[in-house]
Amino acid sequence: MVIELGHFALILALVVAMVQMVVPFLGARWRDTRLMAVGEPAAMCQLLLVVAAFLALMHAYVTSDFSVANVYQNSHSTKPMLYKIAGVWGNHEGSMVLWVLILSIFGAAVALFGTNLPATLRANVLSVQASIGVAFLLFILLTSNPFARLSPAPFDGKGLNPILQDPALSFHPPFLYMGYVGFSMAFSFAVAALIEGRTDAAWARWVRPWTLLAWMCLTIGIAMGSWWAYYELGWGGWWFWDPVENASFMPWLAGTALLHSALVMEKREALKVWTVLLAILAFSLSLLGTFLVRSGILSSVHSFAVDPERGLFVLAIMVLFTGGGLALFAARAGSLRQGGIFAPVSREGSLVLNNILLTTSAATVLIGTLYPLLLESVTGEKISVGAPYFNGTFGPLMLPLLIAMPFGPLLAWKRGDVKGAMNKLVPALAAAAVALIVTVALTVQGPWLAPLGLALGVWVMAGAISEPLLRAKLGSAPWDEVRRRLANLPRASWGSALAHFGIGLMVTGIVATSAYQTERIVVMKPGAKIDVAGFELQFRGVSPSKGPNFSEQTGTFDVTRGGASVTSLYPSKRLYDAPPQPTTEAGIFNSWRGDLYTVLGDPQPDGGFAVRLYFNPLVRFIWIGALIMFIGGGISLSDRRLRVGAPAQARKMSTAVAAE
Amino acid sequence: MTRKQRRGALIGSAVAILSLAAILVLFAFKDAIVFFHTPSDIAERKIADGTRFRLGGLVEAGSVKRGEGTKVSFTVTDTLKGIPVTYEGVLPDLFREGQGVVTEGKLTTAGIFVADSVLAKHDENYMPPEVAKSLKARGVKLGAGAEMPPQGGN
Repeated sequence: MVIELGHFALILALVVAMVQMVVPFLGARWRDTRLMAVGEPAAMCQLLLVVAAFLALMHAYVTSDFSVANVYQNSHSTKPMLYKIAGVWGNHEGSMVLWVLILSIFGAAVALFGTNLPATLRANVLSVQASIGVAFLLFILLTSNPFARLSPAPFDGKGLNPILQDPALSFHPPFLYMGYVGFSMAFSFAVAALIEGRTDAAWARWVRPWTLLAWMCLTIGIAMGSWWAYYELGWGGWWFWDPVENASFMPWLAGTALLHSALVMEKREALKVWTVLLAILAFSLSLLGTFLVRSGILSSVHSFAVDPERGLFVLAIMVLFTGGGLALFAARAGSLRQGGIFAPVSREGSLVLNNILLTTSAATVLIGTLYPLLLESVTGEKISVGAPYFNGTFGPLMLPLLIAMPFGPLLAWKRGDVKGAMNKLVPALAAAAVALIVTVALTVQGPWLAPLGLALGVWVMAGAISEPLLRAKLGSAPWDEVRRRLANLPRASWGSALAHFGIGLMVTGIVATSAYQTERIVVMKPGAKIDVAGFELQFRGVSPSKGPNFSEQTGTFDVTRGGASVTSLYPSKRLYDAPPQPTTEAGIFNSWRGDLYTVLGDPQPDGGFAVRLYFNPLVRFIWIGALIMFIGGGISLSDRRLRVGAPAQARKMSTAVAAE
Repeated sequence: MTRKQRRGALIGSAVAILSLAAILVLFAFKDAIVFFHTPSDIAERKIADGTRFRLGGLVEAGSVKRGEGTKVSFTVTDTLKGIPVTYEGVLPDLFREGQGVVTEGKLTTAGIFVADSVLAKHDENYMPPEVAKSLKARGVKLGAGAEMPPQGGN
């Protein structure tokens, strides 16, 4: 009964979304306030209906109602409660319901908080947002109905793929979708602006916080996925340049560029056309990501079995919105009024450089990801483009971006002074030089580029710290004055400094773990000892045990360092009951120096076990860096200047502080 | 600086960065692309010694032999032809006889494929699209587990 109500609610949501798509749009065209006013209640109504459908599906999962095909396929009565709930979006159908749920939350947010938007803009935005909803609701109802019943109802379910039964992965899809779908706001605003033929600073002030929120969620979502891949897949790596990973990374790059260009538009009314284009591209790349993952068209280590029919539907949605958005852009972009002018060396100029580098790098990732598809459809040759391609193209493009990063915030708007900024950055440069000398002195082996990479990471971090300190006139003003200035710095400045610091930390972690990883693959018999990066590991053998829904073989390693006991690690091989699938659980010891990572392999005929042992130096910095970026985004979001409807006066005041 | 010069500087730097990227992409494509072949492909056309490529197919039943240490050998087949493969390392969880597999490495003059990686998968029913397609093209009936499942996914 609940399930049928859920299904019915989803159908009603489609009807409401259709109304919301058509009526406010016509209202905005005919300047009819009554028609435009339909948008808000429709958006709220759509949200309520999708929430009802989502809860109905969750109810079926929590109560293990195996008469629902989706629950039967993906759940099991013995599964822990967390994974019953997370199981709702751990499959194709449920994850699409989650997608639509987040979409309608964003739509309702415009209806709730958008009261200070011009009426026609609000109506158009709601209409565009609803059109995306219509497309995806149709997709769910026509090709991926989560509410289909089975008769007779099976006794128990088939279970969730065991490698998905993991806390980090439970929250990975919601964050990722918040990011993907969050860019739909920027897209709707861009299309609405093109329909109206005008954009202004108020437009950018609206788009920026939503883009920031989406960007934060995407950042943490990607980081969670990478962290999960690191400890769950047992390969000791954290990023594979795999098509599915790239699918989430491309919108992140475009979104990061959008975040920075919207800043220029808000502050200086420049880069309007470009910002609108980026907003369309960021969401298009999100749709492309959805298509690549949902169609399974590319060979990926993260692929799950999928149905090609659905891929075609998502492809059609993507072509419709990307094509439609770009066509509208081509037709109407000329009508957007050009804004403030600036010298090439200026804050605006540095943000343009940021944008060019970010979008170019996104393009190289796109080419590398899609080239195998293109080549196969033209010549029939099957190829794969792997890590060497991406390291060889993406890496060199990131280099100038990272070098230039500390300069950007120190340049003035309109016309900047590179020499002045350089002088201010001498301490940061000194820090980088010290890092270079220390790493060269400490490391005996490893690629010669690695110390430079580490120095680059330190340069970015030190530059990020310098920025607020310089603004507070540290060193040139008395301490009380510095304290007062630090306290008065707008939160957005703290936020961006933190986010930039996070990037630096991440770069340090990436370089250290890529260049100085230790890997040992050996066969060990119980009692055998081995040295890994200064740790001594003694293998104690393997013993069987039983978990809630799996049985496992657990190996034991006693870890000592210089004779002193450090820890014991328990890597295991699990066999889940439902579905009967083996997984590898790595045994990991983490310290600030890095992670000791152990994986138990197959038993050998001679009584030994194949084991893989890694030491990954500073690998935690990668995810801590991402977390700091997320927090930085949050602090920036809490800035009252970004708060929607903040009085214009307060804004003027704080820009005056920032411009000093 | 006039407005025109400013715009020129902007466009100039954009073009410079784009051409740099284009050069990087072309160079990377020259070296970093790995072709995919089936055992029959290898029998039909000569592949230059020492070229890295991916070999995909099914792990032939009864062919997996463990050697000394972590060495393992098995045969990858598309049911018409089989290629012996050696690999040193730990095999992924879902590696099994009769299942689809993709390995990456080089072919020796003796006709043995020395793999340095065996690709992992997340899902028992998942078959890399290249393998599924080439097997289908050769008329191989896929096992129940390997077929694209109907509605309901994995």
